[in-house]
Amino acid sequence: MTAALGASLCPGCGPARQIAASVAEKIAATARFSVPSIHCAACIARIERGLQACDGIQKARVNLSLKRVNVEAEPWVDDAQIVALLADLGFPAYPLDAEVLGADADPTGRNLLMRLAVAGFAMMNVMLLSVAVWSGATDSTRDLFHLISATIAVPVVGFSAQPFFASTWQALRHQRLNMDVPISLAILLAVGMSLFETLQGGAHAYFDAALSLTFFLLIGKFLDHKTRGAARSAAKELSALEVHSATVIRGGQAMVKPVSTLSVGDEVLVPSGARVPVDGQLLSQSGQMDRSFLTGETAQIDLQSGAVVQAGEVNLGAPITLRATAVGQDTTLRRVAAMVELAETGRNTYTSLAARAAQIYAPAVHLLALLAFLGWYFATNDLRLSLNIAVAVLIITCPCALGLAVPAVSTGAIGKLFSAGFLVRHATALERLSEVNFAVFDKTGTLTQPGFDAAATDLSATELSVLLGLAQVSDHPVSKAICTSLADSQTAAPLTDIQEVAGCGVSAHFGPQAVRLGRADWLEAGFTGTGLQIGDAPPRQIVMTETLRNGAAAAVKALQNAEIPVQIVTGDGQVAADRIARLLGVTDVKAAVSATGKLAHLDQLKAAGHRVLMIGDGLNDTAALAGAHGSMAPSSALDASRNAADIVILRQDLSDIPLALAVAKAAVHLSKQNFAIAAGYNLIAIPVALAGFATPLLAALAMSASSLTVLLNAMRIRWVK
Amino acid sequence: MNVLVILIPVSLILGGVGLVGFLWTVRSSQYDDPEGSAARILMEEDPKPDLPD
Repeated sequence: MTAALGASLCPGCGPARQIAASVAEKIAATARFSVPSIHCAACIARIERGLQACDGIQKARVNLSLKRVNVEAEPWVDDAQIVALLADLGFPAYPLDAEVLGADADPTGRNLLMRLAVAGFAMMNVMLLSVAVWSGATDSTRDLFHLISATIAVPVVGFSAQPFFASTWQALRHQRLNMDVPISLAILLAVGMSLFETLQGGAHAYFDAALSLTFFLLIGKFLDHKTRGAARSAAKELSALEVHSATVIRGGQAMVKPVSTLSVGDEVLVPSGARVPVDGQLLSQSGQMDRSFLTGETAQIDLQSGAVVQAGEVNLGAPITLRATAVGQDTTLRRVAAMVELAETGRNTYTSLAARAAQIYAPAVHLLALLAFLGWYFATNDLRLSLNIAVAVLIITCPCALGLAVPAVSTGAIGKLFSAGFLVRHATALERLSEVNFAVFDKTGTLTQPGFDAAATDLSATELSVLLGLAQVSDHPVSKAICTSLADSQTAAPLTDIQEVAGCGVSAHFGPQAVRLGRADWLEAGFTGTGLQIGDAPPRQIVMTETLRNGAAAAVKALQNAEIPVQIVTGDGQVAADRIARLLGVTDVKAAVSATGKLAHLDQLKAAGHRVLMIGDGLNDTAALAGAHGSMAPSSALDASRNAADIVILRQDLSDIPLALAVAKAAVHLSKQNFAIAAGYNLIAIPVALAGFATPLLAALAMSASSLTVLLNAMRIRWVK
Repeated sequence: MNVLVILIPVSLILGGVGLVGFLWTVRSSQYDDPEGSAARILMEEDPKPDLPD
């Protein structure tokens, strides 16, 4: 276990390297990459052969289910080189923070799977023996068969049904009832009664009923665990994708460094909308932070200089600088724990409907069984018969199918969406997405990818260095494009008083002069688009090129065909917005809208009865993403936006958005259908059991059949196109 | 009926072997990448069939 842990950490991490070196010298350190576009055997072969042919890489292994590549490499090979290699092979890749991700394995899932296997094995053997008994074995043969069944069933129930007993014990200790209480009661009663019968040499034992009950309920528990595991790993994967590098100020010069190389005392710059990489003390005058990862509520908190800032918080205001007080493992673990908890608490309303139903259902089941027992006992004075009927009622009302109805569907849906490149962040997302009837797109960074046209922009060397200085503090796609283009050839001018105005631009002081980079109308310039202003000089135009993101046109067209009106709402100028809208065939365009304007616009749409799907990536979209009925953000988006969105699009391609909506619709439809099947079955079966026509075995068989129907019905989610 | 004395243990042992085999596959991480395993049988020359750690 220790060796596996060491091997799973990335070579760049300081502490990781020590652990890896100390526990297992032979095992080279492993780096992990998320590669969303892997989809077939040819991709696997291409990546594994391509990487293994390179110097310094010992082993590359693709995990197709998780869309990841694990690479074992020499210590001198860094993540960026492997990303470049993968890009050359035709696969965009993102390094994953191994510290955050932890081990791939899922111990709870394995544990449940083993209990499930043992229960299944025992169920089949005991059923074989039962067949002999039911088809007429008598006397000593029957007693022998019962005895063998008992030897198999008692230890197996003790082992496999533990999760139910544990949950029951928890509930009873807090003087509450949950769905596991009647389940445990039914299992224990069936086993106890059968043991009694066996020892008395009686004719009927129901070990098979107890075991099949355990088996099918474990399937439900396992699937439920998988669903939550999917949400949990989405949260983990996201946080592993996040803050891999941070901007550190050393000697007045800003440098981008991997987070793992930061040390206590470093001065760290956090751009607007970015997640804080370390715990630290605020050096800037003031800051606005979003602590939703801790509290679950998106609320802006104002901080003064000297205040404590924690890793994982999102900077909503101007760029800030911090003095690091804790780095790496000290902060990361806490952040992940919080993210995971957040993912766990996001519960589907249908599930909570099921939970609410359980509050009424659990006492009702006990009452019904008790009434059946009393009724039959007083009517016939036959203790054995009435106990039999009571157990049959308990088993038949067992909510297996009801419990499977939602998890079976959402496991399938989340899995299907993941293989199409969507990370579902909230369990309620599917349900809300299915109701969407209006789509609002942000333009820059979402529908289009900006590029900086250095040749067409005529700037002096000073202006270029101020431009880079302003651009590097912001995570806006335009700023990022400018940085990418200038970072190699220019050094950034030292700036002070940096402020970012959401939806407008960045302002700062360069020596005594005020400098601004942003929207042309914010600078009151005579042109449109983006401009740079130094002191009182007239603003200079920054020429940007704008290309459509892959699949944007296809996605818009498919949405329109599905009768979902598409609207573009952007902070950009009317001319640029119109040009893109014409390319996409969108007629409804709102240009020059501010961040608060976007939210207000969304509220208007909501008031008009629309359920809006918001797709955006910027700081000015964050509020709108959080306020929309459903929301998506591309993986290139700001941390703040990804944090606010229900679904993160991992591929650099938008064409599958309609598929995501179709899957969400199908998931809700199938969940409802499953509820109807399960409820309908109970409506028919309960009267039969109460009337005494169902033996515990028949009850167990009928219950299994209903669980299987629900499971098979849920699998139809795979066929959604 | 005496044959049962042999047949029942035999059937239990055979089932038990299957169960132990399954538990081994779970413990040795063979269910960590089901889609990958399905795709890999289509590859012409499989790279060394090693198990992930």
